[in-house]
Amino acid sequence: MTDVVREGVFFLNGKDFDNAGVASSEIKAILEQMGVDRSIIRRVAIASFEAEMNTIIYAPAGILRYKITSDFIKVEFDDVGPGIEDIDLAMKEGYSTAPDYIRDMGFGSGMGLPNIKKNTDVLKISSQPGVGTNVKFIINLKIDETS
Amino acid sequence: MTLTDIKEIAEADLLTNNSDMNIQINRGCCSDLMSDVLAFSKPGSLLITGLTNETVLRSAEFANMKAILFVRGKKPNTKTIALAEEKKVPMLATKLSMFEACGRLYMKGLGSESQF
Repeated sequence: MTDVVREGVFFLNGKDFDNAGVASSEIKAILEQMGVDRSIIRRVAIASFEAEMNTIIYAPAGILRYKITSDFIKVEFDDVGPGIEDIDLAMKEGYSTAPDYIRDMGFGSGMGLPNIKKNTDVLKISSQPGVGTNVKFIINLKIDETS
Repeated sequence: MTLTDIKEIAEADLLTNNSDMNIQINRGCCSDLMSDVLAFSKPGSLLITGLTNETVLRSAEFANMKAILFVRGKKPNTKTIALAEEKKVPMLATKLSMFEACGRLYMKGLGSESQF
């Protein structure tokens, strides 16, 4: 068993764009305090923010749970949103169901989920249309010296 | 180049207080699409954009942009500027178009030295 260094929960409110990024910012600050490599922190922050935005854009409410060990960070998003009909399609770059006002904010161009995948080591998405979506990812915090 | 150089070349005003004008920035990233900033930008760049909402600042924070230059005379609200000061992301604003601002900065050497 790996020791848990830190864990926590954030509640995310739908359409609360003023607070979009607050959770990801706190997670970033914790990793900085731990002295994690900057490029790894950047991957965590980007993946977390993309998922945070998705929750705020699409769901009326959601929960972010994170767990940090000395080896990895696991971040899990659970929402009570509309769900994703076709996850394979949603993973395609450029595919989006976001309304225009989200695009006006610079989001909703269909890059979110592919970008989360690009920045994470493990990504699992499960969804039930009309019920909600669960997104969880793991990012290793130690630099893989073999790659 | 330094942030002072960028301010002069882009004829920009500094919006944030207590910003370090001596930080070195060697690359630029211009986009009004924050998804693309998060997906394609290189860390340590100057973000050049015409969008002014708070998610722009968040995108800059998470993608490790060193500073933000707003174009087309646009400025974020005071709350966003205050958050930028807290997050130590200097903000500049110019009346130039994005094309003109990028062109001038590129001509003076921003982004011409790829470290990759």
